[in-house]
Amino acid sequence: MSTDNSIWHFFASVRLALVTISLLAVTSIIGTIIPQNKPIEFYVDSYGPQAAQLFQVLDIVDMYGSWWFVGLILLLCVNLIVCSIDRFPAAWKQINTDGLRWTEDRLRSTPHHTSWQIDGPRDAVVRGLQEALQQKGWRPTSKVTNTHTLLFGQKGRWSRTGAYLVHVSILIICFGGFIGGIGGFKGSMVIPESMERDRIALFGKQEFKDLGFTVRCNTFDVDFYETGAPKDYVSNLTIIENGQEILTTDIRVNQPLTYRGITFYQSSYQGFQEFLVTIEDKAAERRKSFIVPFQQQEQWPDVGLNFGIINARTVGQSIVGAKLWISDGQGEPISEWLEKSDTLPLNLGGRDYLVQAKQLYATGLQVAKDPGVWWVYGGCALMLAGLYIAFFLSHRRVWLLVSDAGPGCSVLLAGSANKNRPGFARTMSELEQHLRTATVG
Amino acid sequence: MDSSQLLGITTFTYLFASAIYIAALVFHNKRIALAGTLFTIGALLVQTAGLGLRWIESYQMGIGHAPLSNMYESVVFFAWVIVILYLGIEFKFKTRVIGAFALPLAFLAMAYASFAPIDKGINPLVPALQSNWLIAHVVTCFIGYAAFAIAAALALMYLLKSFTAGSDAVAGRFPALRTLDDIIHKCLVFGFIWLSAGIITGAVWANSAWGTYWSWDPKETWSLITWFVYAFTLHIRYTRGISGRAIAWLSLLGFLAVIFTYYGVNFLLSGLHSYA
Repeated sequence: MSTDNSIWHFFASVRLALVTISLLAVTSIIGTIIPQNKPIEFYVDSYGPQAAQLFQVLDIVDMYGSWWFVGLILLLCVNLIVCSIDRFPAAWKQINTDGLRWTEDRLRSTPHHTSWQIDGPRDAVVRGLQEALQQKGWRPTSKVTNTHTLLFGQKGRWSRTGAYLVHVSILIICFGGFIGGIGGFKGSMVIPESMERDRIALFGKQEFKDLGFTVRCNTFDVDFYETGAPKDYVSNLTIIENGQEILTTDIRVNQPLTYRGITFYQSSYQGFQEFLVTIEDKAAERRKSFIVPFQQQEQWPDVGLNFGIINARTVGQSIVGAKLWISDGQGEPISEWLEKSDTLPLNLGGRDYLVQAKQLYATGLQVAKDPGVWWVYGGCALMLAGLYIAFFLSHRRVWLLVSDAGPGCSVLLAGSANKNRPGFARTMSELEQHLRTATVG
Repeated sequence: MDSSQLLGITTFTYLFASAIYIAALVFHNKRIALAGTLFTIGALLVQTAGLGLRWIESYQMGIGHAPLSNMYESVVFFAWVIVILYLGIEFKFKTRVIGAFALPLAFLAMAYASFAPIDKGINPLVPALQSNWLIAHVVTCFIGYAAFAIAAALALMYLLKSFTAGSDAVAGRFPALRTLDDIIHKCLVFGFIWLSAGIITGAVWANSAWGTYWSWDPKETWSLITWFVYAFTLHIRYTRGISGRAIAWLSLLGFLAVIFTYYGVNFLLSGLHSYA
């Protein structure tokens, strides 16, 4: 008819969906073979200058964010929207259709129909049948005329929305991805123990971003299995905002920390050839951490202590023990081996101290803010619900037409289902058995 | 008796069960077919005991975790689900012919687990795998993969029967084309829901471990490609009424995508998913 109409039909067509899905599937392969987001030199070295230029032009180096790939996803979304708007009214009509308006001829055209005779007056027969239907979970409505009574019951009519729920869920997931893309960020930060940082390096850009608060790494610990495989990475972090310590908590892999919508994930670590020495002056209730290079003297002038690490023991790459030397400048200096988890009580010049000494680590954190993630999760939940409804539930309808016939009544049982027809055929024969036995006598 | 012995017995019992089912098909003998079923049930019980024992052994080693944490354990679980789903189909559709095609898949999976040069040890979990999502993710994915494996076996039967068109006596004993098509469709639907759940649980897990639910890692991308193949297949059937050979070919193509997602990505492409 008009061009509007043909454009509409183009976007509403299943053929377009099939083509788009195929294109998405096939083109997605490219980015799994050609490494993504590498520097240009990498592509020149691996594929030659001409191929590298072609990759650049076609955005193959970042294909999942390229205009044409995002365009395909958008095309799929438009297709889903138009196709759903196009088809939903028909489904809505099926959901709200009034089964009591069906004629006897139409009932006889359903795939499952049988009829039989029952003795007795019509209203008594109808009452018996109604009860029997209710026992099987059908809640029939009825229409009475001079010669007939029609009973109609249905189950699962909303299951007709299943496919639409799945389509909407895909749109919601894409929307969540979009929200996360514009309103979120991803980056990383490296914080040596005892230090604080208030900005992150954004991924894929040479840029930093201020967090608006400060994160301090109090301690970092890495544990290994006997096999040498890593067992646990733990960072103890403190969030500081406006000079106030807001909270202190441990994070591990799979156990991140979220503050003000920004989540901190344990991702890596780095060991240094330096030591973290923590001294607590028990009487004065003061505690301080020092970063001490190997075999160099450090001091805490307020307390009048001099100290250093004079020897260390390593297993593989990590330092597991340190020999601490400490002096208050008056009495005999103390030197003692400390394991990384040891706390050594000391008495120097009549004062009590607690001392810890271990290799200095920096924790590597991934930092992300994604305001779209709950949209994505909601979409995922809806998708699973929608798939279940679309595939496993069906709209089942049954009719009983009771007509006056001589001294008794004739009963016509009819039924239809939009899915799982073999299963419904069993349901229908069971229902017939039930109705026949329930209305005898 | 330790778990690896039990799983070794399982491998050979699945081989034997496959042989029985094939013999029953070739000699058209119902009693032999019944023996196939009994053997399969027996092997499944042995395998279940093996999996359970492996779980217990990991606790005895002080590194307790579900036996789902590396390639070896996932392949064993894959075979286990294939057999359970197959027995379900055998029970529901009252046919034992499919066993001649489904059981060999379980055997091949177990044989790969037993003989391929992959690590068969019970290893402690690296920090990234220490999550409750591990079980949810692996279980959902492999139920989906197993359903697709059986769909592919049925698709092969469909194509054999449809191309020999009654001229082959053995293919003539396969269920009717329409029945095969129906079971293929049910497997695809079932697998599609579990694959979707598998991708979703993986995304949620990735988000809790790395802060990103989707990073276009090769494994993720290939799981999505697989999802697209099956979405395509289900749509042409629903909306264009195409069934039969086209669906059978697409089921085979889909299973190739599954194999590549599961196996190919680990060995041919690099990515975050290097453990399994």
